[in-house]
Amino acid sequence: MNASELISLDAAELARRIHAREVSSVDVTRAHLERIEAVDGPAESGVHAFLHLDAEGALAAAEAADRAIAEGAPASPLAGVPIALKDNLTTTDMPTTAASRILEGWRPPYDATVVSRLRAAGLVPLGKTNLDEFAMGSSTENSAFGPSRNPWDLTRIPGGSGGGSSSAVAAGESPLALGSDTGGSIRQPGAVTGTVGVKPTYGTVSRYGLIAFSSSLDQIGPCARSVLDAALLHEVIGGADPRDQTSVSAPLPPVVEAAQAGARGDLAGVRVGVVTEFSGEGYQPGVLGAFTDAVRVLGELGAEVVEVSCPSFGYALPAYYLIAPSEASSNLARFDAMRYGLRVGDDGEHAADEVMSLTREAGFGAEVKRRIMIGTHALSAGSYDALYGKAQKARTLIVRDFTAAFETCDVLISPTTPTTAFPIGERADDPLAMYLADLCTIPSNLAGNAALSVPCGLSADDGLPVGLQIMAPALADDRAYRVAAAYEVARGDTGPRIPELRALETTR
Amino acid sequence: MTVTVDAAPYTVEEVCERFDPVMGLEVHVELNTATKMFCGCANAFGAEPNTNICPVCLGLPGSLPRLNGTAVESAIRIGLALNCQVRERSGFARKNYFYPDMPKNFQISQYEDPIVFDGYLDVPLDDGDTWRVEIERAHMEEDTGKSLHIGGATGRIHGADHSLLDYNRAGVPLIEIVTKPIVGAGVRAPEVARAYVTALRDVLRGLGVSDVRMDQGSMRCDANVSLKPKGTEAFGTRTETKNVNSLRSVERAVRYEMGRHAGVLLSGGTVTQETRHFDEQSGTTSAGRPKETFADYRFFPEPDLPPLEPPRDWVETLRAGLPERPWERRARIQTEWGLSDEELRDLVNADALDLVADTVDAGAPPESARSWWVSYLAQQANTAGVTLPELAITPAQVARVVALVSEGTLTNKLARQVVDGVLAGEGEPDEVVAGRGLAVVSDESALTAAVDEALAAQPDIAEKIRAGKTKAAGAIVGAVMKATRGQADAARVQELVLERCQ
Amino acid sequence: MSDITRDDVAHLARLARLAVSDAELDVFSGQIDAIVDTVSRVGEIPDDVPPTAQVVPQTNVLRPDAVEPSLPRDVALAEAPAAEEGRFRVPRILGEEL
Repeated sequence: MNASELISLDAAELARRIHAREVSSVDVTRAHLERIEAVDGPAESGVHAFLHLDAEGALAAAEAADRAIAEGAPASPLAGVPIALKDNLTTTDMPTTAASRILEGWRPPYDATVVSRLRAAGLVPLGKTNLDEFAMGSSTENSAFGPSRNPWDLTRIPGGSGGGSSSAVAAGESPLALGSDTGGSIRQPGAVTGTVGVKPTYGTVSRYGLIAFSSSLDQIGPCARSVLDAALLHEVIGGADPRDQTSVSAPLPPVVEAAQAGARGDLAGVRVGVVTEFSGEGYQPGVLGAFTDAVRVLGELGAEVVEVSCPSFGYALPAYYLIAPSEASSNLARFDAMRYGLRVGDDGEHAADEVMSLTREAGFGAEVKRRIMIGTHALSAGSYDALYGKAQKARTLIVRDFTAAFETCDVLISPTTPTTAFPIGERADDPLAMYLADLCTIPSNLAGNAALSVPCGLSADDGLPVGLQIMAPALADDRAYRVAAAYEVARGDTGPRIPELRALETTR
Repeated sequence: MTVTVDAAPYTVEEVCERFDPVMGLEVHVELNTATKMFCGCANAFGAEPNTNICPVCLGLPGSLPRLNGTAVESAIRIGLALNCQVRERSGFARKNYFYPDMPKNFQISQYEDPIVFDGYLDVPLDDGDTWRVEIERAHMEEDTGKSLHIGGATGRIHGADHSLLDYNRAGVPLIEIVTKPIVGAGVRAPEVARAYVTALRDVLRGLGVSDVRMDQGSMRCDANVSLKPKGTEAFGTRTETKNVNSLRSVERAVRYEMGRHAGVLLSGGTVTQETRHFDEQSGTTSAGRPKETFADYRFFPEPDLPPLEPPRDWVETLRAGLPERPWERRARIQTEWGLSDEELRDLVNADALDLVADTVDAGAPPESARSWWVSYLAQQANTAGVTLPELAITPAQVARVVALVSEGTLTNKLARQVVDGVLAGEGEPDEVVAGRGLAVVSDESALTAAVDEALAAQPDIAEKIRAGKTKAAGAIVGAVMKATRGQADAARVQELVLERCQ
Repeated sequence: MSDITRDDVAHLARLARLAVSDAELDVFSGQIDAIVDTVSRVGEIPDDVPPTAQVVPQTNVLRPDAVEPSLPRDVALAEAPAAEEGRFRVPRILGEEL
């Protein structure tokens, strides 16, 4: 079996072959490390999905997985399969930076719960992936260490904040990755790189060890190239954790079972609601074309498709850009040069307070500073009621819209993002334009329900991937998986899962 | 116009001729839970620096708070003991400000919805009167770390060139208890303040929720004071005095601030709203460093902790389990034991009330129990230079000694030797009796033999006794006591001597 | 616009402990004004709508009061920019909070 075949296989198929001992986890891991070596660098022109690679650690984990399998005791169905970790998840054996200068080189003394669970399940962590600094952004251009690039067109963004994870999966550098989704940071990168990205129901995956951006919105979830792979990973990382008191005690929805059931291709009796607010002005025709085609496919699978209006979703973007910066202004206050991380200006003259300000000024990028200041403003005594307080009320209205819509529909659908991947640099100086990338994904963060993005073909106008967003009620993640799996099979193979790295070839 | 006044120029009596004082007292209490508020690190005073810290209380990126159930229970019990309502739905909020001793640069506290609110405490005053202090709220929060300032002449913050931080205390559970404005106390305001903090300390000690050691900082008081001209309604500008580290200081700080405010106001000045620091040595207060900007803590709901909705039955179980209020208990005990006021006061002052009560609970009669603790044990404590509660003997052990005396196994003199043995670490009273061979010789035949032996050894005295000179028996009794190393009951020996000489 | 001035942004930067440069202030004040102006749309929402602060479907999540191991001190101090005598060493601290 050659290396290029190994890097194109789904995680489920890799796991099957590894467990059948047709191929070793070490060989699979080595194939991915070679792929990374081939396409990830240089930082200035490669995919640049990874901020840190741990080849030695990965091969050791692969050997351990192979040993367990040889003894007939694989730790989990995904044992031996490589995975990439977004660099805002703490790891004891690799630095954790959140793509910020302020944390450059930081070695956490503890593993995030999801990382512990991956290790216990025998997966093989390859390294840490790039992101917008502290997960604030939609393109990875806010990374202190340079942007990642979209494997479909290396001049374009891979989405964000989890563009490192999405591009790693899309480029065949890793079959699986973990992301975190605060306003769409798993789903939007999934959409623009032609991969699957899932934001589980809030509270169903422990946030312990996820460097907080906006705690009431943040949710860790899987990135993969197939719906089943995402479900398999979801079951490894999900479930209650005593270290996260917001983690839900209810049992995890049966997502693997749902993905398998959906793949049999029958959606008879499933009511699918098309959110009417998510179309029209600002939506790229090629995106709407692919979406309309997806609606047709769902109908052909037996689903009953209806239109549904969620009038308060118009408040989602403004509410999000108040709540997330407010919580972030508080969450990021701990980066103060006193106990860990960067320290600037400690010259014996500057007092602690001045060193804090100098360090934060030097250590944070522009978008992070902007959001910290906006959040500080929104929470100030004079603005609280008009800004943060009203954003909380908007959240109530959005929850109500979802509740009403789910009374008549089993799932809701929309394009995941209004456009395909835009060129690097296009929106870098226009924060408001950048914010629009998360228009369709934000409502599910505010309401806490489950939502995923599944590839929906290529846009007719630019040939780039489009994502279909499927939203399900809280704790009904399995419904979204079922519909996504059915759609994935019905859409068929519309092209290579792993794109040719076109721009890369030409620039080299 | 601002007038600076260094010394308080008016006595409380003079102040109250023109003004009514208004006080607000904020007391912070460190709970004595096993672990911190939001993590499993030990909540221990005096550990080596930075040995009780973890990702959570060090505020490391990615860490999340985990609320301590016992701290919540303690908060509710405190509220119930202060006659408060328990809020049906409460939660935590973040108080945001930057300071190096606070690892996250926000404090997890409670803001709009404290767990308990609207209560009161009936406070006994020195003359036996009672003053009702209304409680506004009590809420949960976390303590900060401690800084050590290096390089300054005095080791204080001013003039230091760097600081060293120990985060062992960061995250220790705190309850902040806030009174409503205390109005109308007049000249008694300083006394009311002290009496309130004293009563609160006693209540908290009775609940067993805190060490309430003001000297160690496990109980800290901030005193807000303002004056309003007599007959007016609106409160004056207040100052908040911190660093009040003893009960006596509470009274002194309030008295000083009343006088100082009056001095400022009567000389035509205005009181500046500020934080002041109390100085134990001089008994005066001084202004803290002025704040560069008005504090805006940007409170918002803590997103990492779900709300609290204490179930009714839990609250009622906790209410049913509340101990008696300390002064009510004292009154009951005084009646039950038939103590005079003076006897009760001596017990309380000697820190012996709980010890005696526990000794009584362990089966000793109140009079014997009290007698042991206030006389012989008090002397031993005094000699050893420790407090009564620190003596190495338990109420149960004292009760056992009392029982051994009353059943005749020990004489009072022997009992003191047994107590000495317990204090010396020789084990339980029965072990000391056995180990030192101290039991009264109550074996009649052995005793009779000893008497016969003594009579035989001193035939002339035996003859005198037989002749009716019973006073001569004393010499024989002495000999028997000596022979039995004092372990015989002298009265019984006397009887036996007379019997044998008939 | 939302009436956020350059001075307001300078004040926010101080509150948030960001030693922003004058050039940054020029850029940020325009951007923040525009963003706040956009997000102020939530002001249309009626006051009688109740707030939602979080979407956790449970209450009374409590931890048993049992001691768990702390970090070894050398591990806790390993990432400190400076340490001395088992403590975190920081520049001199001025006065009280804020």
